[in-house]
Amino acid sequence: MSTIPHPPARTAGAPPIAAGKAKPTSSPAPAADPDLKIIQDATCTFCGCVCDDIDLTVKGHTITEAKRACVLGKAWFLNHEVEEGPSCLIEGRPATVDEGIERAAQILTQARYPQVYGLSDSPCEAQRKAVAIADWIGGNIDTTTSVCHGPSGMAFQGVGEVTCTLGEVLNRGDMIIFWGSNPAESHPRHFTKYSLMPKGQFVPNGRKDRTCVIVDVRRTKSAKAADIFIQIKPRKDFEALWTLRALARGVQLDGDLVEAETGTSLAKWQELMDKMKASKFGMIFFGMGLTMTRGKHCNSEALLALTRDMNAHTRFVAKPNRGHGNVTGADNVVAWSTGYPFGVNLSRGYPRFNPGEYTTSDTLARGEADAALIIASDPAGNFSQPARNHLAKIPYIALDPKETMTTRGATVAFKVATYGINTGGTVYRMDDVPIPLRPAFDSPHPSDFDVLSKLEKRVKEIKGLSAVGHRLSASK
Amino acid sequence: MPEIFILIPGRTAKQGCGISEGKYGESYQSEINTLQVAPEDMQRLGLAEADRVRLKSEWGQIDVAIRPAKDGELPPGLLFIAYGDLSSRLMGGDTHGSGMPTSKGIDVTMVKIRSAINGGAPS
Repeated sequence: MSTIPHPPARTAGAPPIAAGKAKPTSSPAPAADPDLKIIQDATCTFCGCVCDDIDLTVKGHTITEAKRACVLGKAWFLNHEVEEGPSCLIEGRPATVDEGIERAAQILTQARYPQVYGLSDSPCEAQRKAVAIADWIGGNIDTTTSVCHGPSGMAFQGVGEVTCTLGEVLNRGDMIIFWGSNPAESHPRHFTKYSLMPKGQFVPNGRKDRTCVIVDVRRTKSAKAADIFIQIKPRKDFEALWTLRALARGVQLDGDLVEAETGTSLAKWQELMDKMKASKFGMIFFGMGLTMTRGKHCNSEALLALTRDMNAHTRFVAKPNRGHGNVTGADNVVAWSTGYPFGVNLSRGYPRFNPGEYTTSDTLARGEADAALIIASDPAGNFSQPARNHLAKIPYIALDPKETMTTRGATVAFKVATYGINTGGTVYRMDDVPIPLRPAFDSPHPSDFDVLSKLEKRVKEIKGLSAVGHRLSASK
Repeated sequence: MPEIFILIPGRTAKQGCGISEGKYGESYQSEINTLQVAPEDMQRLGLAEADRVRLKSEWGQIDVAIRPAKDGELPPGLLFIAYGDLSSRLMGGDTHGSGMPTSKGIDVTMVKIRSAINGGAPS
């Protein structure tokens, strides 16, 4: 049962072409069944597209239809069921939420180097609480961004991000490039809702007015949508991007060397550059093919620098395709709370940013963190083996709606309500547009906002802090 | 000396759906526990669908069933597996100062350990 208020009506988030259809958010179904209701313009939080035009048919505690949802969205909504069992387990045994809060607060306040991590499948309101807890306990705050587009976050600081909203892509984009990204599988409505198919103000014929380019090391399912597919050698994104940077500036290149390095002929790169220069509004969506591959932030930096360079010729922008429903919100909340987007240490009473030092993969793999608070993520299932081995040795608290390897190993595991289906709040679409959630029905389990709010309160009591954060002894 | 391949862990729609169905469900588990191999490599190495192979990286090893990649998705020399428990076992802990372990483009060796036919006899 969330305490986050729900918006009464659609207020933000839709690209301009779809923005005019204000509707009530919920209405009784035409059928006589009193248990049946329709939630209009519900928000899907499975991926970073955060589609907010889903009409849900809800019967009791079951969603029976998710109109306009993609295959991932349908799986997200239609498989949702109220999880049975207690809302809290301590060392695998059922406990009350209050008992869990007490144990969690003791773990975190007694730790010397605690790690707060996850957050990309939590609403901004809960993320804000997690940042506050990290601050009170003098720990590290980090999000799944660090193993997603964290390297791109570093690159933004290096060369900046020339970017725009998805609404602008919809209305203006006539050259759409996907680099190291496979939206056909990771963001199935990307093409149809935002980037390729829609008819926009300056691309009135939709797909016919757009050129789609896919650059990848393998012929993904997205390649079928491409007008131009370029298959580069694995681990050669940096070289390929710098080839384009050179061509953008008219630098003469050795064709044999370019082909040997990138796996693609210089003539093909030149043809692409000519089309990029001839476009009116180019967009490069990039994925974890860049950030997870050797080079990481240097790869993202090369792409962002290319985007910047292209503005000497025409309008060009770039945007990372973000994976989780509110990973962009996590970047925003942590950034406006601490000044940095992820990998932040708060032990000295002021924020310090250092990926590689304060990021969770590192503090775990090096055996440094001595406790952790993990919200809506599964590091026990998808971190490196050294990191997983260390996580298994330390006390940690996990919040998740479903059972995962991380919740199974947690000292304190809270089963929480699912954001967007059971709880309200705010999430950020991948283009940094905030969008409200419209839940379908309540859960018997607390929201992560509820758990984190109680945990913050108890942490402050143990630390001897007043409601506004002053040390109680000092304020007397 | 086993041949070296480049492993690309990544997302698939089936894996994404499996997350919502539950990570301990059949759909998710089958997807993250299957390695895709280029048909040309399978033919060259005498591999058949559902054979089990052992992948070794600098940091770990896994045993996994294989299937041929579809529609020319993989060039020879490249392997693909959906992100998950198995792919993560092949990653190193070092992030090279970035916070991000090298999770794609991992050098691995691949050796057949069990055939799907002939009663699954070890190779």
